[in-house]
Amino acid sequence: MGLTGGDVLTTCVDFINTLAPCLVRAGWHGDIANLLSLLLGVVIVATVPLLTVILLIWIERKFAARIQDRIGPNRVGPYGLLQSLADALKMLTKEDITPTGADRVLFNLAPIITFATVVLIWAIIPFTPLHIGADLSIGILYFVAVGSIGAVKVMIGGWSSNNKYALLGAFRTIALIVSYEVPMILALLVPVLMAGSMGMQDLTHAQGGMWFIVMSPLAAIIFFIANLAETGRSPFDLLEAESELIAGYHIEYSGFKFGMFMAGEFMQVFTVAVLTAVLFLGGWWGPFVDQVPALGFIWLGLKTAVVYLFMLLIRNTVPRFRIDQVMNINWKFMVPLSIVLILLQSFLLRLVDVLGLRPAPELANDLLANLPQTLVLLAGNLVLGAIFLLLLQRHGRTLRKADEALAAVREPAPAGGMAEA
Amino acid sequence: METLNEWAFVGVFFAIAWVFPALPIIGAWLVRPKKPNALKKQTYESGVETVGDTWVQFRVQYYIYGLVFLIFDVEMIFLFPWAVAYERLDWFAYGAGFLFIFLLTDALIYAWRKRALEWV
Repeated sequence: MGLTGGDVLTTCVDFINTLAPCLVRAGWHGDIANLLSLLLGVVIVATVPLLTVILLIWIERKFAARIQDRIGPNRVGPYGLLQSLADALKMLTKEDITPTGADRVLFNLAPIITFATVVLIWAIIPFTPLHIGADLSIGILYFVAVGSIGAVKVMIGGWSSNNKYALLGAFRTIALIVSYEVPMILALLVPVLMAGSMGMQDLTHAQGGMWFIVMSPLAAIIFFIANLAETGRSPFDLLEAESELIAGYHIEYSGFKFGMFMAGEFMQVFTVAVLTAVLFLGGWWGPFVDQVPALGFIWLGLKTAVVYLFMLLIRNTVPRFRIDQVMNINWKFMVPLSIVLILLQSFLLRLVDVLGLRPAPELANDLLANLPQTLVLLAGNLVLGAIFLLLLQRHGRTLRKADEALAAVREPAPAGGMAEA
Repeated sequence: METLNEWAFVGVFFAIAWVFPALPIIGAWLVRPKKPNALKKQTYESGVETVGDTWVQFRVQYYIYGLVFLIFDVEMIFLFPWAVAYERLDWFAYGAGFLFIFLLTDALIYAWRKRALEWV
């Protein structure tokens, strides 16, 4: 049997996985061959997000410019594509100021941690059915653990600057990040429940018949919003809040250290988009992936792009929340919702089992066989979402009535001066 | 499947991930101008001279949020094994998980009623 087109493509892309055995066959020592292929894999996995982020900064600036009726970067290179490189060069030549009284070691460490922790998440992203940095059996836990270093880096940056604005920004950010981690982890429980595994590759395989976003849209929405808050972007950008805190915890940073914070933020947004695609949009699943596994990379890229552009849209069109609003949304809406969601989802999964709606193992990747259980889970999610939205609406009405009653008592009525800018 | 190789990958990754951000910073340190003076190195507070110590005690509100977070975070980690083994669980273990989540809810309601979740 000759090689088909798909086989050739797979073999070419697969040199990472086959490097070690090839080298051994060529007479290399086994351990050295292993180490070499390991190093190559690490460098490739770490470089993918690094190179993408250079392009992403351009996309983001163009996108924001279009929304704000500007043209955006258009001078450096064709369509301004090389703008990020020009910025990097500029940052290299900028003087780097460490303020007096700053804790020098921590001050220099914070930007490095910022960037490194985001890169580290890429170790568990499954690019194709065959290519993943490390298919850990506790992939989700790894993501949660590495992701929560984000709070540490903010605190280190804010504290070591010896600046009151930076410290205030850091406090706010910590409260925000730490709070939104609760619904995020609770939402992560739902895919784990459905897939019965914490490994990223298993989680993707489990979505062969139906994407998790259809089976549990609420979990996807909660995960998405919580991660939006973790990245610290508008509408959750009160850590930066240019008008109040100048720049938040990285106010004292200049030169390439500041650049590292920014690049880390851009990359975190991208990483969140990839994770959402992997966990809820089926990851590398797509037509013909069975025959040509390398195609999975393209499907994953497409899904990531959709999520990423959606995040940019939100970032550029939604106004900033106040800190108490952010906290209320989290603790009084998202956390209760995600707890009830877990209860509901586990109950519905049991129900599906008892009713015998779960597809047979050999039909697990079949769309039609998955339809009955999907409908049950989807209906449950929609009903729960509707109930919570109704409650929210009712609560909003009560608040508004109280406000109006207060305004009626007050004379003369304030001329709208209390509105949040 | 998971082998020791996977963890070796993570180990090497941990070592190398620090190099990527450190390289440009070191590079910048080599090329950039270095002309610090006392005025430049002042703490930036919109032109106003900084007053008093920065590293002071912070509001108790942050501490309360921290406590609530800790409770939830620790409890949720215990839920992950339950979720992974979910399909193989009998009704008793299933009910136990339910009870555990109810306790979690109870903690949330308690914190809510005690006004620990109000931003003051």
